[in-house]
Amino acid sequence: MANPHISVHNLNVFYRDHHALKDLTVELPERQITAIIGPSGCGKTTFLKSLNRLVELVEGTKISGKVLVRGLDIYHSDVDVTEIRKRIGLLSQRPHPLPMSIYDNVAFGPRLHGLKGRQELDRTVEDHLRAAGLWDEVKDRLHAPASRLSAGQQQRLCLARGLAVEPEVLLGDEPTSALDPMSAQHIERRLLDLKENYTIVIVTHILRQARRLADYVIFLYLGELVEHGPAADFFNHPQEARTRAYIRGEF
Amino acid sequence: MLTRSLKDRLASRLMFLVTFSSSLIVFLIALALYARARPILTAKPLGELIFSSSWHPLKGEFGFYPFILGTLWVTALAMIISIPLSLLTAIYLAEYASARVRGVVKPLIDLLAGIPSVVYGLWGVLAVVPLIRDYVAPLMGRSLGFIPLFSAENLTGYSVLAGSIVLALMVFPIIISVAEEVFRSVPDGLREASLALGATRWQMVKHVVIRKALPGVVAAIVLGFSRAFGETMAVLMVVGNVAMIPSSIFDPAYPLTALIANNYGEMMSIPLYDSALLGAGLFLLLMVLCFNIMARIILRRVLREEW
Ligand SMILES: Nc1ncnc2c1ncn2[C@@H]1O[C@H](COP(=O)(O)OP(=O)(O)OP(=O)(O)O)[C@@H](O)[C@H]1O
Ligand SMILES: [Mg+2]
Repeated sequence: MANPHISVHNLNVFYRDHHALKDLTVELPERQITAIIGPSGCGKTTFLKSLNRLVELVEGTKISGKVLVRGLDIYHSDVDVTEIRKRIGLLSQRPHPLPMSIYDNVAFGPRLHGLKGRQELDRTVEDHLRAAGLWDEVKDRLHAPASRLSAGQQQRLCLARGLAVEPEVLLGDEPTSALDPMSAQHIERRLLDLKENYTIVIVTHILRQARRLADYVIFLYLGELVEHGPAADFFNHPQEARTRAYIRGEF
Repeated sequence: MLTRSLKDRLASRLMFLVTFSSSLIVFLIALALYARARPILTAKPLGELIFSSSWHPLKGEFGFYPFILGTLWVTALAMIISIPLSLLTAIYLAEYASARVRGVVKPLIDLLAGIPSVVYGLWGVLAVVPLIRDYVAPLMGRSLGFIPLFSAENLTGYSVLAGSIVLALMVFPIIISVAEEVFRSVPDGLREASLALGATRWQMVKHVVIRKALPGVVAAIVLGFSRAFGETMAVLMVVGNVAMIPSSIFDPAYPLTALIANNYGEMMSIPLYDSALLGAGLFLLLMVLCFNIMARIILRRVLREEW
């Protein structure tokens, strides 16, 4: 396997009594696309959120195990959690435009991290809106409320907003779920471009999307890591009966 | 037998009537006040009533100015005290406190809302007034006394500040509980979205939660102060009731509500006295009305910014 960017050791997550992730150990390769698949409720979102410590916001969660990002244990008590989240961006399952303009949404992250000059901000906003494929649609109304965008546009806005922080890892929770086939294809192409510079982890329910995009696949079932491996091996020679059943669409 | 559509129509008529008559009461009260206040409104020019500060009913002089200012001072200072404190409390409860802390604190705060205002007034007399008399006024008078607003010439403790503190306490639970609901109604997804970009909790609250919650927060403040304006008993007990124009927060004041409550039913043989007190009621009603209209304009402006 290529260099691991993130390695997860014996990760357990509990929501109060509910054991949502059971002893996961896996490595995510650098500058590749990893797809996480599995039936609804199996812990995909929980897994993504435990990679940038968003999961700890839920009251009553208990987390054990280690998540190392380039060797840094992100759950160590000395670690600045905002720094972790800046390095590991997350696009949530549903798009949530912040209550401000389109421009301010994209500029939000850079401003938090100290970017000030008008021109630099303008350039950053334009660059990342272009990267998300939204620029042409919104360039004439950058200062309109972001909530007026359509759901698909909002999803791309969130992509632009996440990219503008310039993270090293991009986590996407079903990043194309609100999109029509055309825009979905557009995002898929973006993700393939972005893989040059970013380590990407996406959750998807669409097996064909996983086949198209993924270099590496992780299959979760009821909180357990059933199987993981390079995409070609995973899809062509699945080892586990449950994986074969899932790939055949029997869940 | 009544047909269903007839019943339906009767029901809607009835509900209309009930709704209509309750809104009619506002007009009836205003009308009654106006009718009884007419003698003084015709006997004295309006400008004199509002802007004259000499209140000598026996000499036939009825200047409301000190009382109007008394109401404004006490209410404004109560706002200045209570808005920041209650919003910070609401933010803490909604954004920072654990479920356990919230479960203990919220019912206690709601309990504050149920305490009768006389009790607040008594507590003001027993605790707030002495505190101001013995500590706050002397200390601030010595250190900041050169600023007229803080000069401490009144040594009794019965003051604008005492009235405002008591009033602020009464408004707290209303603003806190409404604002807390409003903050909690902000979707968690927005919080996660801003934290995922590397915001600290406070940056998230400041840039996202407050912004999203702003219309509701304004509504919470308005709700709190619609009550504060007319609150009589508690304020009356601690504010000193001296018909003077306050110039320092340690001066006594005499709000309109206290004027009416203290004097109505006494010395009614003095000509125009009863009419003047009802006139005071009318002014109070108009002030509350102005406040509500202003609040509505602000609210509408805030709501128009649909982010
Ligand atoms: N905040 C929470 N509190 C308690 N239980 C939760 C919470 N969030 C998720 N769970 C539970 O944890 C399990 C995993 O949830 P998760 O959201 O990770 O699933 P998922 O694989 O992303 O599902 P989907 O494909 O439907 O998005 C589920 O059983 C869910 O009910
Ligand atoms: Mg999910």
